[in-house]
Amino acid sequence: MIEYFSEPFVWRALLGGLLTVLLTTPLGCFVIWQRMAYFGDALAHSALLGVAIGLLMGVNPNWSVLAGCIVVALLLVQMQKHHRLGSELSVDTHLGIVAHAGLAGGLVLLSFVDNIRFDLEAYLFGDVLTVTMPDLWRMLTACVLLALTLFKLWKPLLLLTISEDVARVEGVPVARLRLIFIIMLAIVVAIAIQIVGVLLMGALLIVPAAAARRLSNTPERMVLTGILIGTIAVIAGVFSSLAWDLQTGPAIVLVALSMFVFIQFKRS
Amino acid sequence: MNAKPLVNARGIGLQIGEQVILRDISLQLETGKIVSLIGPNGAGKTTLVRVILGLIQPDQGTIERQANIVVSYLPQKLALQPVMPITVKRFMELNIRSNDKSIEAALHEAGVARLTHAALQSISGGELQRVMLARCLLRNPQLLVLDEPDQGMDPTGLQVLYELITDIRDRYQCGILMVSHDLHLVMASTDQVVCLNQHVCCTGHPESISEHPEFLQLFGKPVSGLAVYTHHHDHKHNLHGDVVND
Repeated sequence: MIEYFSEPFVWRALLGGLLTVLLTTPLGCFVIWQRMAYFGDALAHSALLGVAIGLLMGVNPNWSVLAGCIVVALLLVQMQKHHRLGSELSVDTHLGIVAHAGLAGGLVLLSFVDNIRFDLEAYLFGDVLTVTMPDLWRMLTACVLLALTLFKLWKPLLLLTISEDVARVEGVPVARLRLIFIIMLAIVVAIAIQIVGVLLMGALLIVPAAAARRLSNTPERMVLTGILIGTIAVIAGVFSSLAWDLQTGPAIVLVALSMFVFIQFKRS
Repeated sequence: MNAKPLVNARGIGLQIGEQVILRDISLQLETGKIVSLIGPNGAGKTTLVRVILGLIQPDQGTIERQANIVVSYLPQKLALQPVMPITVKRFMELNIRSNDKSIEAALHEAGVARLTHAALQSISGGELQRVMLARCLLRNPQLLVLDEPDQGMDPTGLQVLYELITDIRDRYQCGILMVSHDLHLVMASTDQVVCLNQHVCCTGHPESISEHPEFLQLFGKPVSGLAVYTHHHDHKHNLHGDVVND
């Protein structure tokens, strides 16, 4: 166990995982509060389309994923508007369609990619052990930006979550807030898929936050507890994957999941 | 006092698809006056409230609102979800400049000071209405819009609410627009009653309106002043006192 600590890649993996949890948990809480659990999935799955387009066009996939996520996010905002006016299909149906369209489209496009160095598994399941220093800087920048934005918009966002009408009457710019939120979510998803991959992105978004619910009586405490749970999941997940040669992303999600289950039994 | 009305709505019309929701409605809200909206289910009461608040654009008519007035709104229900943990106190201070003392005072005024540290999703429907009313007051409103503030309240709670609403008008010198199912509440504390059924059936002082033929047609038996509590039941209550629409 001790020898792992002398390996820089282990430190980078842990730091990358921790920064990712800092990004995903606060937004994950809002995703849960606003009943948007499938938004994360829709964004993450369609990120694969961004990967494919980036590789085919010879663009750095990091950027094409980000661009793809933001485009899908804007599409989802339009969809939300459409649903508020009334629609014959429910939101989760539309989100499911977007998610799987992205996944299928991405997988089909990727079969045209003949880049030998391309590792599909890394995108599907994440690869926390290959996190580089530039990746870490990117994550840190995103963390700072997210923290500043959330700090500024925290109370209006909470009010919007409780009642959109009251927020609008009280002068909260609801449409702009929703747009900012979904763009933040797109950025976070684009960054976090490196850690858990497109398939389990949704889990990293909601499981630590959901596990924290029972231990929290304020929104802020739910975020902090969720971050703590996510951090434990990252540490345990990274080491168990090193020790037993497991896929790291799924290992992290499984640890978070078992904590969720444990907390459900704890007191009811 | 300002002679110009807080809100002046003229000839408001709205339809969704083929269905006419509101037709040629004119309404004025003034400082220090309580206007009550009554009418059967589906009469467009909540829609009219949302138009007046600017949440929906009407298809016809004009609405003039005084610039920069503070409006507080108590909606019929919250999108409140038990998954978001929040205490009453934290809910009160969301987006409002306030301190412990003013929050305490507002909750006290609405008669729910004891709930300050309770979880918002754990309190009853009637208590939630009063907490929301307290939050409305905390903003020091110039216009207060209440959509069925009486729902989920027991008779004692209602009695307190009637007095509270007139009290609020006098103390805050604000205009109040209130939607109510409860004719007793309407009669007790209203300056003007507007009886709505897509269009304005009749409007006037509570005493005179109870004699109006269109009012009688909608609500059946006459309501004689404050003494008798009779009204046509266009809704039912469940065991918790919540309104159940069928």
